[in-house]
Amino acid sequence: MKAPWRSTESAVPAGGRAKAPVQAPRILFPFIAPALSRRALDAALRLARAEGAVLIPAFLAPVPRWLPLDCPLPRQAGAAVATQEAIEQRAAQFGVTVDARLERGRTPRHALMRAIECERYDRIVIAAAAPGARGFHPDDVAWLLAHAPGEIVVVRPDQEDDLVELDDEPPAETRGPTVAVPVAFS
Amino acid sequence: MNDAPRRGHHKVFLGMAAGVGKTYRMLQEGKAELEAGRDVVIGYLEPHGRAETTAQAAGLEIVPRREVVYRDTVLAEMDLEGILRRAPELCLIDELAHTNAPGVEHAKRYEDVEAVLDAGIDVFSTVNVQHLESLSDEIADLTGTRVRETLPDRVLADASEVMLLDITPEALRERLRNGKVYPAERIETALANFFTPENLTALREVSLRQVAEGIEARRNPRGAVAEPPPDEARSGSERVLDSAVPWAIGERLLALVTPKPASQRIVRRAWRSAQRLGAELDVLWVAGDDPDPEQSEQLAALRKLCSVLGAHLLIEYGDDVAAVAQRVARERGTTYVLIGTPGPRSMWQRTRPTLPDRLLRVLPGVDLRIVADRSRREEDTR
Repeated sequence: MKAPWRSTESAVPAGGRAKAPVQAPRILFPFIAPALSRRALDAALRLARAEGAVLIPAFLAPVPRWLPLDCPLPRQAGAAVATQEAIEQRAAQFGVTVDARLERGRTPRHALMRAIECERYDRIVIAAAAPGARGFHPDDVAWLLAHAPGEIVVVRPDQEDDLVELDDEPPAETRGPTVAVPVAFS
Repeated sequence: MNDAPRRGHHKVFLGMAAGVGKTYRMLQEGKAELEAGRDVVIGYLEPHGRAETTAQAAGLEIVPRREVVYRDTVLAEMDLEGILRRAPELCLIDELAHTNAPGVEHAKRYEDVEAVLDAGIDVFSTVNVQHLESLSDEIADLTGTRVRETLPDRVLADASEVMLLDITPEALRERLRNGKVYPAERIETALANFFTPENLTALREVSLRQVAEGIEARRNPRGAVAEPPPDEARSGSERVLDSAVPWAIGERLLALVTPKPASQRIVRRAWRSAQRLGAELDVLWVAGDDPDPEQSEQLAALRKLCSVLGAHLLIEYGDDVAAVAQRVARERGTTYVLIGTPGPRSMWQRTRPTLPDRLLRVLPGVDLRIVADRSRREEDTR
């Protein structure tokens, strides 16, 4: 009989060898504050839930050239904190674990480059800007497709797609992004 | 010689929620100014169909709204140019947090108000506390409702005068029941959802605290605290924090973290509190040993977060978290400690005092806040 104080995590199987911990897949979700698409986020969360993956929402903060790259960014920090909280709130509704990141760069693309260099991930979900919608510039998406290893899902969000509305609605099980184009790289 | 007009006087009527009487009081005071012989106009009024409010506006000149066509819809927005042309002594402008339709001069109404003030015109305006940027998240947590329209805290911090319209939650619910806030068909839903006694009590507390903190900041003779938090980059550009300059009267926060993703929430919460208090933030990990690869990864993420926020990440080695926290808190003059929700305890651990208990004992006079684990709350509500 197992001792009652022994936690399940520490229990050693009958074979005598503890199992190596299985790492959950990681989905990187880079975004720029004013261009955060709720539907792209929901797409990433649905994917993460289906795969039992950890979502890594990476807030990309452009740093003006006249400031050091590693300086505090209090103005953007406010936006980052609010957005990351909103994402965690949404993720909790989906039952998805979040491991948030914040990456600085001279431009959104530079920050994106630093994020993919630093982070472990299995897949990237990114929102591409359509006219009037929120997301990355098509040039940045093209750059990502050409340079980032791993699988990339590009979502083109619809217009009127605002994360701050998300508390009013339950997780959208059926509503998907307007277009989802999975692109696989080996 | 400087010919620029003096900046107008800005008085904000702040409320905890719709229906407390902000617009009514603004109009009342505007009429009193009119009677005193000043040139007063209404720049924008949103009476929401409330008869008492409409009646109170009678006798005040209204600058006609301008029509803006957006996606085949005609929207009536405040006419900034019209107000500047009319150039009254005092302009009454409702709903400070409003987002303008695309195509007008500014994205937000508070920016219009800035322009009016810059023209030397005094302004009375109204806003609810839930629209303040730094509070919107906390209020979303408290009430379950997130507002879409926000305004930077500096707008309130820069105001010449802030008047809080305070009524009790029950009095507001009574006004709601009597149809003084919303039309009949919305009353029951409003009472059952947003206007619950719990929500209103929480909002009232937040409003009172906001005004109290504003008063405290203005009272500081050094003027350091009265400055808006450094995120208020009026020039639109970032500013580098000078950590050697204390902004606080004496508050200093210490967030205890471990290298785990959940710690980021503790840091974010602590930073928000630090911003509100105008205080410095230290983030402490008490390490038992050198970090393993996974911890190193999390530490790198925490380091970046702290660096962007302007917080100080400290790593101290030790086996006793409370003892190390006590030493660090003494060295750095901590007045406020934030920790995460303690995890499940083993049978053996249950025989010892919890970390919050120990911290309370070793840090007398220091406030302790436990940051909730959101995922647990979601589990409970599912």
